[in-house]
Amino acid sequence: MESIDKLNAFFEYNPVRVQDAKKAGKKVVGTYCLYSPYEIAIAAGGIPVSLCGTRNDSIPAAESELPRTLCPLIKSSYGFLLNDSCPYLAASDIIIADTTCDGKKKMFELMAQKVGMIILQLPHNQNPEVGLPYWTNQFEILADRLEEEFDTVISEEKLRDAITLMNDERVALKRLMDTTMYIPSPLKGTQLLEVVFKSGFLPDKKTGISLLHEAAEELENLGKQGVSPYSQDTPRILLTGVPVGLGCHKVITLLEECGASLVCLDTCGGYKKTALMVDPGSPPDKKALLAALAERYLSIPCSVMSPNPNRYSTLARLVKEFSADGVLDLTWQGCHTYNVEAFSIKKYVQDQLSLPYLQLETDYSEGDTEQLRVRIEAFLEIVKAGK
Amino acid sequence: MIVMGIDIGSVAAKAVVLDASGNTVLSRVMIPTGWDHRRALTDITDLATSTAGISSGDIHTRVLTGYGRVAGKDDMPVVSEIACHAKGAHFLFPEAGSVIDIGGQDSKAICLGPDGAVTDFAMNDKCAAGTGRFVSMVATLLGHNLDAFAKLAEKGNPLPINSMCAVFAESEIVGLLAKGHDPADIAAGVCHSIASRTAGLASRLGFKAQLCVFSGGLAGNPVISTSLETHLSKPVIPAPFPQFVGALGAAILASQQ
Repeated sequence: MESIDKLNAFFEYNPVRVQDAKKAGKKVVGTYCLYSPYEIAIAAGGIPVSLCGTRNDSIPAAESELPRTLCPLIKSSYGFLLNDSCPYLAASDIIIADTTCDGKKKMFELMAQKVGMIILQLPHNQNPEVGLPYWTNQFEILADRLEEEFDTVISEEKLRDAITLMNDERVALKRLMDTTMYIPSPLKGTQLLEVVFKSGFLPDKKTGISLLHEAAEELENLGKQGVSPYSQDTPRILLTGVPVGLGCHKVITLLEECGASLVCLDTCGGYKKTALMVDPGSPPDKKALLAALAERYLSIPCSVMSPNPNRYSTLARLVKEFSADGVLDLTWQGCHTYNVEAFSIKKYVQDQLSLPYLQLETDYSEGDTEQLRVRIEAFLEIVKAGK
Repeated sequence: MIVMGIDIGSVAAKAVVLDASGNTVLSRVMIPTGWDHRRALTDITDLATSTAGISSGDIHTRVLTGYGRVAGKDDMPVVSEIACHAKGAHFLFPEAGSVIDIGGQDSKAICLGPDGAVTDFAMNDKCAAGTGRFVSMVATLLGHNLDAFAKLAEKGNPLPINSMCAVFAESEIVGLLAKGHDPADIAAGVCHSIASRTAGLASRLGFKAQLCVFSGGLAGNPVISTSLETHLSKPVIPAPFPQFVGALGAAILASQQ
């Protein structure tokens, strides 16, 4: 696929572009979690980028300070810092993080001793009267801090522009991810993951957005023509649960090897990222814009939220839109919130959505590949029998 | 029509030759798997045919399952051991609603739908905790083979055993022996804790109040099956030739290919 290759070739230069932008006087803002608002970083004149945390090879270094039983995502992120092996982290002028879960917030305390960080206090409740006012205040504090750090003023206009830009990026990414709605899907799961993952490191958003649209258009045409690596009968799987990126995507590779078509990523890099928009027009002033952003970000259905009703409604919608035949729920070892939530998600998927469900608990290492394969094969046998 | 089901497990390779016209078993053989899965596949196939008194040309279809299934995936259909255990158990007990299998390196709980189709399943952690290998380790530690270990367990009053990890349990058991506890009580304790852990796995699936078939090498251990029955509050029947349920299911699937 020409446009996908073009997009991936463009992504190859992401680290170089970050360096070039830095030389031109831009500030780089690293982020670790979907709850960190890109719009505020952009409005402050920064370039927000995701930081590395999806590879197994940085974990041994992290285990010199962190417990082995901690979730691999947290260990991997910290290991990248200790090994100085993430080009985006090295380029970051400041890092925005948040108290997502217990493991992350304690790791961030250690990290903050080594690099400049702004740690947002994320409430774990989405109630508009309880969690939201608190979170809105965190965004106001963040805006003030960034103005101070970068010696700039976040004007109402800059904030509106940043909101429009991020909306445009979400629309483009969603359009590309929506192309797997075609039956059969024109895109393999591993290709989908690669594009979605690498788009998180885009310093040049405008070019990235137009390339995403270009790729989406090519895929839409392929979808309409029925050009696909799969057939009408290939089982269509929705992946939900923890964040997945390149380097920790063994389950996606296994799904493909076992003959399934991964059609939807209900994960942080996927639909959790693009689901919600902020209206840049209607809020009357900067304070109201920040409040609208806070509302948008707090609605993200991560399992750290208690309760987490949006996860269920999102699943129901995505399963329908993508004509999924089964739901695979991925949990990293040590991720208590997703692990506990899996019990209720299973009930919901089996009883309410009437679909086969499989939860897999694993880490970033390859040691359990064959054990995972048995589970995936048996799951796909059930999916095929029900199709 | 003569068919063959082969199950290359982590510990033993099993094969069943079935005359599908009358559903009669012509041979049922087992060898240690060893490290070479391809070799195990060749050897078990030869042994199964010679024991059945047939030649390889007489076999209409073969279906392969188990951890070593990759060894023959280019030569014959491959099916997961979950589906094979379900088919085999349903063939033996058509009224069964569920299966518990404790094998060499994993244990599984399976819910059965009509015709022995899998409706849901759960497997233990991806290590040998609470499986056949774990019991072998404890039996060796107490100086017994598996049969003698089962007999020993019947005589004991179960001691609580907390560790299911083979490595930690070994230390725990050495500690209990050092305190002078009766090996029979330790053996009974190990059997009870395996049953309780496996029942926990099954309870996540919501087993229906029907017969549960118990397969795998540990099904020959009456202390474990009785304890499973208590935990699950439903009849648990050890399968005849419990180690062959997967291979039998593979043979039945071969007859339906």
